[in-house]
Amino acid sequence: MVTRGFFGRNSGGNEADRIPPGQHVVDHWPVLTAGPTPRIDTAEWKFTLKIGPRPVKVWTWSEFNALPQTKVTRDIHCVTTWSKLDTNWEGVTVDDILADAGVERPSDFVLAHCFDGYSSNVPLADLTSGKAMVALKYEGQPLPRDHGGPARLLVPHLYFWKSAKWINGLQFTERDEPGFWELRGYHIYGDPWREQRYTND
Amino acid sequence: MWQTCTIAQIVEQTPSIKSYFLRLSKPFTYMAGQHADVRLTAPDGYVAMRSYSIASAPSASNVIELAIERLPDGEVSPFFHDVAALGDEIELRGPIGGHFLWPERPTAPILLIGAGSGVVPLMAMLRHRRDLTQTVPTALLLSSRTERDVLFGDELLLLETADPNFELALAITRESPKRTTDFGRRIDSAMVTEVIGRLPRTPEHVFVCGSNPFVNIAADGALMAGLDASTIKTERYGG
Ligand SMILES: Cc1cc2nc3c(=O)[nH]c(=O)nc-3n(C[C@H](O)[C@H](O)[C@H](O)COP(=O)(O)OP(=O)(O)OC[C@H]3O[C@@H](n4cnc5c(N)ncnc54)[C@H](O)[C@@H]3O)c2cc1C
Repeated sequence: MVTRGFFGRNSGGNEADRIPPGQHVVDHWPVLTAGPTPRIDTAEWKFTLKIGPRPVKVWTWSEFNALPQTKVTRDIHCVTTWSKLDTNWEGVTVDDILADAGVERPSDFVLAHCFDGYSSNVPLADLTSGKAMVALKYEGQPLPRDHGGPARLLVPHLYFWKSAKWINGLQFTERDEPGFWELRGYHIYGDPWREQRYTND
Repeated sequence: MWQTCTIAQIVEQTPSIKSYFLRLSKPFTYMAGQHADVRLTAPDGYVAMRSYSIASAPSASNVIELAIERLPDGEVSPFFHDVAALGDEIELRGPIGGHFLWPERPTAPILLIGAGSGVVPLMAMLRHRRDLTQTVPTALLLSSRTERDVLFGDELLLLETADPNFELALAITRESPKRTTDFGRRIDSAMVTEVIGRLPRTPEHVFVCGSNPFVNIAADGALMAGLDASTIKTERYGG
């Protein structure tokens, strides 16, 4: 339905084919978070890999920073309809985390857990083969607190709530278990190109 | 999923905020604190979508109220302020959101903190509380530039007069407030602590809504006052 009198800013320009349906490009970086912004001291920071309830490996901040660091440039898409193009990230790919722990594929599903109690589910296939990382830097600088620093998950091909801020672990689960927003009305998978915003999209 | 609704009424609330009363073609039930998505479509097919909190109480009505602040360089909010008119049809989907919600049968005190149009979901909560004649002690700390910028100001003042269990504290940043219980400065931790002190007991639910910097200061204030992080829910308008 055409809205009377609306013509739009038409922000896409030449980049239109990089912008999923219903999204618009921003230059700034909006912040959306469900609770207070946590303060996490890297001296206390720990990252735990679990298979079900069982921890298989724990890294401290310095151990985690000693893992291979990978740089990527990606477009990111928030479910609140903003997209940001060509963002630069640096961190440890999920492939490298699993390799360091000697873990291959205990199940097909993963829950990301965070210091503030947040969680989000992502199928393993969407985390491996270089598709995702635990990001420690943004545009060459330590990741700002508001945006999940010191470390957040980065799964840029899914809506950005999947890229859980203040991450402290990954957990393999038997089934695809909904995380925080997935239990509160948001889509279980969240593909921006299929506009999977809400539960039954 | 998407439905067409009709603008049934437009009310100028403050110099920068107008309420839009939308008549739903497919009425839905919703909870206080939820929002709706609005979709505008240009003749060339270009689509703009934004979220707006629902200001009205979840009563049985098929008309919902959105209160939209005009951002000068924005795309959707200036359309509503400058172009949208009575009788226009707007596409909308909702209700959305399963986190920033008024608790079902609250007994422990509740603290609400908002700035500018951030009071919208908090207003839905207060209207809901009033409609159900709930007596749970509740305080609202609301920051605005001037007294004229206080969204729903008259209604809030009336509510405070009528209800001994409701405390209103305004933080007016660009003038001196008239009431001694209000503050003439920007929000800070001391202010949050003082407003918590006006409640009979420690609040167990805190709802904070506004821009990201405002929400950070308010939430940090609540933490410094000794409240547990798990009791604090935030809605950031994404600025
Ligand atoms: C859950 C939720 C509920 C909300 N509820 C309400 C509500 O009840 N009332 C309300 O008024 N709003 C609400 N909002 C905000 C609303 O969704 C819109 O974001 C707001 O109306 C602005 O939309 P816009 O199209 O006018 O501005 P946009 O075009 O989206 O621009 C937003 C702001 O960003 C600035 N901006 C745009 N592009 C750039 C850039 N490239 N670089 C830097 N800055 C830029 C603009 O100047 C403007 O100030 C809510 C948001 C959320 C997420």
